[in-house]
Amino acid sequence: MAPTISKQDVAHVARLARLALSEEELELYTTQLASVLGHARDIEALDIADVPPTAHPFPLSNVLREDEPRPCLDRDEVLAAAPEVESARFRIPRILSEAP
Amino acid sequence: MSGSPSGSGEGPAALSGLTSLSARAIAAGVRSGELSAAAVLEEHLARVERWEQQVHAFNLVTADAARARAAQVDAAVAAGEDPGLLAGVPVALKDLLCTRGVPTTCSSRILAGWCPPYDATVVKKMAAAGAIVIGKANMDEFAMGSSTEHSATGPTHNPHDLSRVPGGSSGGSAAAVAAGFSALALGSDTGGSIRQPAALCGVVGVKPTYGLVSRYGLVAFASSLDQIGPFARSVADAALALDVISGHDERDSTSLPGEHPSVASRLGRGAEDLRVGVIAELASAEGMAPDVSAAVTDAAEALAATGAKVEEVSVPSVRYGLSAYYMIAPAEASSNLARYDGVRYGLRRDGNDITEMYMSTRAAGFGPEVKRRIMLGTYALSAGYYDAYYGKAQKVRTLMIRDFDLAYSSFDVLLSPTSPTTAFPLGAKTADPLAMYLSDVCTIPSNLAGHPAVSIPFGAGEDGLPVGVQVLAPALGEPVMLQVAEALEAVAPRGEAR
Amino acid sequence: MSSEAWGEAWETVIGLEVHCELRTATKLFCGCPNSFGDEPNVNVCPVCLGLPGSLPVLNKQAVELALRIGAALHSRAQSSIFHRKNYFYPDMPKDYQISQYDVPINAGGWLELPSGKQVGIVRAHIEEDTGKTTHIGGGGRIHEAGYSLVDYNRAGVPLVEIVSAPDISSAEEAREYVEELRGILVATGASDGKMEEGSLRVDCNVSVRPAGSEELGTRCEIKNMNSLRSLGRAIAYEAARQVEVRAGGGEVQQETRHWDESEGRTHSMRSKEEAFDYRYFPEPDLVTLSPSEDWVATVRANLGVLPAERRRRVAKAARVPASSEPVSTVVRLGLDGFVAAAVEAEADAGLALRRLANEVAGELGDDGGHHLGREEFARLVSMEERGELTSAQARSVLKIMVAEGGGPEEVAGRLGFEAMGAGALEAVVEDVVVANPREWGRYAAGDDKLAGFFIGKVKAATGGNADLRAASELLRRRRAGQ
Repeated sequence: MAPTISKQDVAHVARLARLALSEEELELYTTQLASVLGHARDIEALDIADVPPTAHPFPLSNVLREDEPRPCLDRDEVLAAAPEVESARFRIPRILSEAP
Repeated sequence: MSGSPSGSGEGPAALSGLTSLSARAIAAGVRSGELSAAAVLEEHLARVERWEQQVHAFNLVTADAARARAAQVDAAVAAGEDPGLLAGVPVALKDLLCTRGVPTTCSSRILAGWCPPYDATVVKKMAAAGAIVIGKANMDEFAMGSSTEHSATGPTHNPHDLSRVPGGSSGGSAAAVAAGFSALALGSDTGGSIRQPAALCGVVGVKPTYGLVSRYGLVAFASSLDQIGPFARSVADAALALDVISGHDERDSTSLPGEHPSVASRLGRGAEDLRVGVIAELASAEGMAPDVSAAVTDAAEALAATGAKVEEVSVPSVRYGLSAYYMIAPAEASSNLARYDGVRYGLRRDGNDITEMYMSTRAAGFGPEVKRRIMLGTYALSAGYYDAYYGKAQKVRTLMIRDFDLAYSSFDVLLSPTSPTTAFPLGAKTADPLAMYLSDVCTIPSNLAGHPAVSIPFGAGEDGLPVGVQVLAPALGEPVMLQVAEALEAVAPRGEAR
Repeated sequence: MSSEAWGEAWETVIGLEVHCELRTATKLFCGCPNSFGDEPNVNVCPVCLGLPGSLPVLNKQAVELALRIGAALHSRAQSSIFHRKNYFYPDMPKDYQISQYDVPINAGGWLELPSGKQVGIVRAHIEEDTGKTTHIGGGGRIHEAGYSLVDYNRAGVPLVEIVSAPDISSAEEAREYVEELRGILVATGASDGKMEEGSLRVDCNVSVRPAGSEELGTRCEIKNMNSLRSLGRAIAYEAARQVEVRAGGGEVQQETRHWDESEGRTHSMRSKEEAFDYRYFPEPDLVTLSPSEDWVATVRANLGVLPAERRRRVAKAARVPASSEPVSTVVRLGLDGFVAAAVEAEADAGLALRRLANEVAGELGDDGGHHLGREEFARLVSMEERGELTSAQARSVLKIMVAEGGGPEEVAGRLGFEAMGAGALEAVVEDVVVANPREWGRYAAGDDKLAGFFIGKVKAATGGNADLRAASELLRRRRAGQ
């Protein structure tokens, strides 16, 4: 059985999810997530180790597309939606770490 | 009876004139030239003008574009062309269906003003059938909620009682149809988001088989559960709309291949000799109101009276549906909503570096319910908890599919309540997420199994507000499901308080 | 790593992860062109930009190429699924990458190095590429930049990631592995093999252990090597760093390190508090990928000849070991067709191999281009073999044929290389013998060293235009009284 969620867990999850939370929100979500997870105890208790998981309702396979080009979007339209643009590229604040 | 009277007299739910016509009647009239699309549209727009301020069904009313489109439809008819199955029918689109050049916001600050550069497949299909889009309907932000109170543009009010919620998340779509703003609406259903508001607003709402309707252009909440479906004021109208929007789409890998018979193919046959199972576990589910239970019992008896064979059936794993759903849906949502990061489109809040920008943008752009689900889903997927939560929930899905398969070996369709209660007062459940989540207890199993289900109005509760009953069917069982729904519709009591 | 640098105390264990951009017409999940060097953000659509509501649909040709790679690496093709790898990074439009996680399309396998050593393959799976981020200010370095710009043209380009077992034991072997893999990827048509353009990217896992030990030490992943040279340097640096840490009694931290080409060192990529948790789960927008047995069989049947088999063929023709240097050079440069042409013309394949590995390889342009015709090359080898050209002449003629084309007869004529007939050569040899009776006496008495003296005289007398092997043969025959 998974442990009850702590405020530290919630802070860690908020960081993973890139959500800045206030102290009040941290408190609130700790309580509320614990409540929902508490309700989920009923499935935690189920012994269904041998049951295969269902990721899709229907087992479709091999949905493939031919390697044929389709029209792209108009670049001006794409860039018009962006918060900040420079030299036809999306401008973003500095990045502190390399891609993982 | 509280609030505005329903079904008669004044009030947003009292329909008259062209706004009381069915979609079939409108399309038939427009196609034959007896009705003009423009006239139909103007009466609907007048109703919007009269009541929208109180109901707030829309995030955006696209009156000018609708008028231009109606003129095109009328011109086509005048030129001897057939504008299509939904010629001149006003429709509302839930504001998470992408509409080219028209804001699509998901009722979220993070997408305020975003205009997609493309149309959803269903939007194209609707346009090709001659439907007239009248506006983008309000919803719970990113379809997360059961009351349409979690909207950045404010709550939608139930046309039957403006002090009450319309249900959700497709509350704006349901309210638009109930209020006669449009004859049809499209919504999306991930855990009940079409059926529950349909029940609370006294209209018909269909959640189709997963994969019957393309999800391309539907802004994702939980990809393995989401399905687009219609709202209408009759089963026949819902069937017509579903026939228009369904079909294989090469842009959606999960779209079911092949041709399927019209979902209207069994309408008009009654329910005689069909086997109907009443799901025992849902009739007595947590929080089930006695008047709703009673309505389901009445519905079962009414069906039996028309010659159906009605029995109680056990589908044991449905009792785990809520828990499984609240692991799977938030998990998928946490991933689907990662892209709202302030880089390519939508809201951005400044930050000294990219991570600060992400965090402040998402903190400012998402409402509390969306944040809650992102947190829950991130937690359920995170290292050390996957097996206990997400992994296990996927196994519950398998169990549920097996249980349904067993039930459908003895029954053609199953019957249950749609929502445990009638429409509740605005604000009643916003402080208690779990209580809100319990609104979906009867609708969630169909999403987990990928099966179709429909909610149809069946009388009123003690408060005089609409009650919905749900007909469930196996995968691609829409024809028989709608057959039974129509039979129920024919015998349903109307409007009187229990 | 050769262990001499640190006495005999340590050995290096290396596993490589090679990302190969597939040569498809379109991206992995949408119909945008897969092309290099276009204006920024022109090859984008709702799918590869991650716009709300868009959905991926898998490119069949990407699967075909992935299957070819798997077949070439002796992998098992299997029913597979896609996962989402969740992390926030601005070059990734959805903030998750669609990749194959625990059930890849190709599992297991091996790759044979020219030396004959087999390196195990763990998996070769399909995933999507990211966009390109350019850092502005601070000399383009990420940490010192003022801001960054993103171009999504490459976002969603199909990749196959090939993960080797930790079977590689030196920087040189790592380079051989990448060279060999590149040859395979080009041979299968999966890749253009251009490491400099980023269509082949190599990350490596490096650990060290006491020589002879079976332990698997804590490894570091090294990224950002953009040439074979930097791969070798990075491994050498990293192995030395780890040895220093461990020899000094410290522990190597498991981490990802970035190779800095200008500084010639690796450095830790991120601050420690940034824990990565990718929250993998099955991609719900895609269905199972389960290539049919027919498809896999067709791919195998049409695979063509791979470098290892080509080396075997060349080696067999030239009667040398397949692991020999000239064989791998000739195959790596794609010159083995010339050996085959020589065999076809019944010319000496061994001589052909030497001329290809030495003269032709040395004369190729940077892009590997040349003007040498196969039949012409075979005729040249025959002419040299028959003594119609001396080896010096043949080499000169060959260089011109590589650079300009043309037939050996015409080029030799242009250079004034008269083909010296057997009779003429015999006369020269006779003259030289008669003119040097004392030396001939010693040679005739069995002093073989004098052969060199006579050959030198023949060479001088003919201005270098004589076939000296033929001259030696004439001398031997004369001594034997034939």
